[in-house]
Parts: sequence; C-alpha cells; structure tokens
Amino acid sequence: MARHLLLILLPVVAAFAILPSVYTNHLMLFNFIIFMTLAQGLNVIYGFTGYLPFGYVGFFGAGSYGFSLMVIHLQAPPFVALLIGAAAAVALALLLTPLLRLSGVYFSIANLAAALAVLQVVSNPNLEEITKGPYGISLRGVFNPTLSYGTAVAVLAATLALVIYLRNSHFGMALKAIREDPISAGMAGINVVRERVVAWLLSALIAGLAGGVFAWYVSVFYPETVFSVEFSVFAIVFVLFGGNATVIGPILGVVILYGIYNAVGISTPQYFQLIYGVLIMGLVLFLPNGLVSLLQRWGIDVP
Amino acid sequence: MFPDAAPLLAVDGLVKRFGGFRALDVLSLRLDAGEILGLVGPNGSGKTTCINVISGLYRPDGGDIHFDGRSIGGWPSHRLVHAGINRTFQVPRPFLTLTVRENVQVALAYGRRGDGVADVDALLLSLDLDAFADRPAKELNSAQQKMLDLARALATRPRLLLIDELAAGLNAAELERVAVKLKDLARSGIALLVVEHLMGFIDQITDRIIVMNAGKEIFEGRLAEAAANPQVVEVFFGAEHAA
Repeated sequence: MARHLLLILLPVVAAFAILPSVYTNHLMLFNFIIFMTLAQGLNVIYGFTGYLPFGYVGFFGAGSYGFSLMVIHLQAPPFVALLIGAAAAVALALLLTPLLRLSGVYFSIANLAAALAVLQVVSNPNLEEITKGPYGISLRGVFNPTLSYGTAVAVLAATLALVIYLRNSHFGMALKAIREDPISAGMAGINVVRERVVAWLLSALIAGLAGGVFAWYVSVFYPETVFSVEFSVFAIVFVLFGGNATVIGPILGVVILYGIYNAVGISTPQYFQLIYGVLIMGLVLFLPNGLVSLLQRWGIDVP
Repeated sequence: MFPDAAPLLAVDGLVKRFGGFRALDVLSLRLDAGEILGLVGPNGSGKTTCINVISGLYRPDGGDIHFDGRSIGGWPSHRLVHAGINRTFQVPRPFLTLTVRENVQVALAYGRRGDGVADVDALLLSLDLDAFADRPAKELNSAQQKMLDLARALATRPRLLLIDELAAGLNAAELERVAVKLKDLARSGIALLVVEHLMGFIDQITDRIIVMNAGKEIFEGRLAEAAANPQVVEVFFGAEHAA
C-alpha cells in the first residue's frame, strides 16, 4: 500500500502540481483532474461493487449546487461551502440507496432518471429565488483559480488514496466478493447491505467534492453544465477503457482517452468521434476488462 | 454428554411457502454438537430449502429455529455466520475473479469467530487447494470449487455446518477423502447437517438420517431402518414396491 502511494499517487499529484507552471492551458489541466477524480469515484462503486451508475453526474451536480447555494445565500467561505456541497451529494446518495436493490441495467437506468429529476428540480424557473433556475450560477465573489485548482489536486489525492486503500484492504476485497456473489459474501460474514451502502456513499462523496470544486473553479455555469450526462459517460468510458477495480486503470483511461479528446476532438470532432466509437466498440468486444487486463492475462498483478 | 441437554440446533414446526406451495411443511429436527445428521428425500422434498432457511437465505414463514439457545429465525446470513453457522452450496459459489487465497482471506477477515491463529495455507492444504492458492477461483474445476466453498465455510470456524450435496460429482477417491474430512470435523465438535443423494456416502458418515417428502419428515432413524420403512420405499420407488 505504501508502495502504491509512493509510485502512483505521488507522481500523479506532483504532475498536476507542476504542470500549470509549464503549460498555460490551465482549464484543460483542471478538467483532467476533474475527470480523473470522477473516474476513480465511479471506480469505487462500479469497479468494486459492480453497480454502473449512469446518473453518477447527479452527485457531481449536487456538489456544484450545494457549493454555489451556500456561497450565494449564506456567503459561506469556499471550504465550508465545499463540505456542504459534498454533504448534499451524500444526502442525495442516501435518498437513492433503495436503488441498490435493483441490479444491472435496471439500476443504471433508475439512477440516470434520478439524476435527470434532480436537474429538472434545480433548473425549474419557479425556484429562481433559491437555485437561480435555468439562468445559471455566477460566483464572482469567491473566484480564485489558484486556490481552487490546488483544492482540486487535493481532492484527487484523497480519492486516489481511497482507491489505493480499497485495492489493498480487506474492505476492498469484501466489496469485490459482494460484486462476485452477494449470497456467498453473506456466508463469508460480510454485512452485504451495509458495505454496499458505504461504497455507494463514498463514491457519491467523491463526485460531490469534485462538483463543488468545479463550481468554484469555473464560477459561472448553467444547470445543464454540471448535470450533463456527458460527465457520467466520460467517466464510465475512462474506467472501462483502463480497467476497473484497479488504481492505474482509470488513470490510464483518462490520460489516453481524454488526451485524444483534447488533441483531435476539439479541432476535428468528426475524426475524434470515429476514433472514440471504434475504440469503445473494440474494447467492449475484445477487452471488456480494459487495458490492464492485457497485463493481468500474463499473470501480472496490476495495482 | 447429558442426554437431556438442549441441542445445538433445534428446528420446530418450520414452514416455508413459495406462493401457494409449502416447500417446508411443519418440519422439526434436532442436532447436537459433533453429530452428523443426514437429510435425504426425493428431488423437491425441501432439503435444500431447509438449509437455505437455516442459513438465512430465506425467511421462515412459521416455526422456530433455535441455535445454542437463541432464536435465530430470519436473521441475515452474516449474523448467522458470526453466531457460528455456515454452509456449502449444491452448485459451488466461490468469488470467481478473486484468487483462491483471497476467497478464504475475506471469510477470515469478516466471518471468523474468536481470535485464534488464522492459517490460510494450512486450511488450503487440508482441502488439496494449496497448489492453486494464487490462481483465480474460476480456474478451479467443479470438485475443487466445492472444496473452496468448504474452505470458506471452515475459515469462519462454524459450530454448525450445513452441507448441500458436496459429494455429487466427485470420484471415488475424492468421495473417500471428503467422508474422512467430514467425520474429522464432527469429531472436533462441529455439528453437520448433510443433504445428499449418494446413499453409500450417507451411510458411511451419518449417525442418523431424516427422510423428507413434500416438506415433511416421514422417517427418522438409521439409514438401514429407513430402507425397511414402507412409507420411505413408496416415496422413493413407487407404491407397487411398498410391502
């Protein structure tokens, strides 16, 4: 575990800490951090417990709005607002725990519907007094790109530490056991319902923190921005591509795929969509456990 | 032992319904520590349902289950495991992508009672799984996966072990080893409830059997006596064979 912290967490955090001084597109770096955090948060619930939440963005949006409403209405300092935003995401996850009774695609769809429902509530024009409705949020007062960037790096570091812990602990092993066979997991003495809910809340907490820090950094956004299903889809694709239930799988997924997206997706979107489409189809058909499964096939233990 | 001491497991008037079908229809049984009780009967007679209810997969619809003096009917599986009950499955259910060692480790970490020395390797060795310890469980054959089910159950140090058709599909040599193993477990004080179709195996390991039909007990005693019981013969071979 210490080895993983040293060889994976430290270089990633160091890279994101140093890069802004040599590379000027800070927004792009920030987006890399956000997607890496979201991919790892999704990894917690999908990789380790097998639930694929298409509405994962709901927790991100809840974090963004929790943060913003605290700042707007209570003039809360950013770090307090960030904690409240994370708490809002966790509260939403608690509300949605009954969804864990569903399995497979039923869970995914119900979760997506829940995220869309939250978007509809937030962007309701009748709630303009509270949420600013569809007109969006502006947080000029707390705008601080340097501090919010640093906070995003810290959130990513904490997320990576959590996934490294899961990868190396009995708790992570128990989650994988539940994913493989909940009945057998019960007979191994695991409290299946409780451990599953803990993983679910942790995963929502990560998305909530990412959403809060995203709101802080961009400081002007619309409901559709932070509840965009694209966040869910990207995070899912990155995890699938790299390899779930590992630490480096989702990191690889973000670096490679989001890298391609930024290299060709913005200048020549038609090629990007072709490459992306072919890549995803090929992976699902031939490499369902992601890039790292190539190594695992050779008996190499991928952290 | 004291003949009138409370049994380790006491099942009284157990009922389990699936819709209108009574899979268990007022079933009662007793099991003492160190005893091996065989549960036999035709397919669909309720043997596996009985194990599933005692191990917490299903909630009972009526009756009581007492384990070590406590009423445990309807408890979730993990709580039963911590109380000292475990089982194997008719179709083995290992954690397929976890290694053989991890399969046992997770049960040690979450299900083990007491705090004695936990020796994964010794446990795997005793069930001939040591050579595969670091391979994923999905690479094991069916007989080995059954042994892994047993290893996971034993890792939690059960006092009552429910064995659901462990012998089916094993070859003669494997059968002999499993029989010896189960008898050793009973000698160490574990109570065993064994569901099995192989009568030779049942005869070899059990002290006593219960014959079930349609969710009810129709006979209790030694296997040799069961073969002479007209009701048992009728259930297994049809009315024309019954004397």
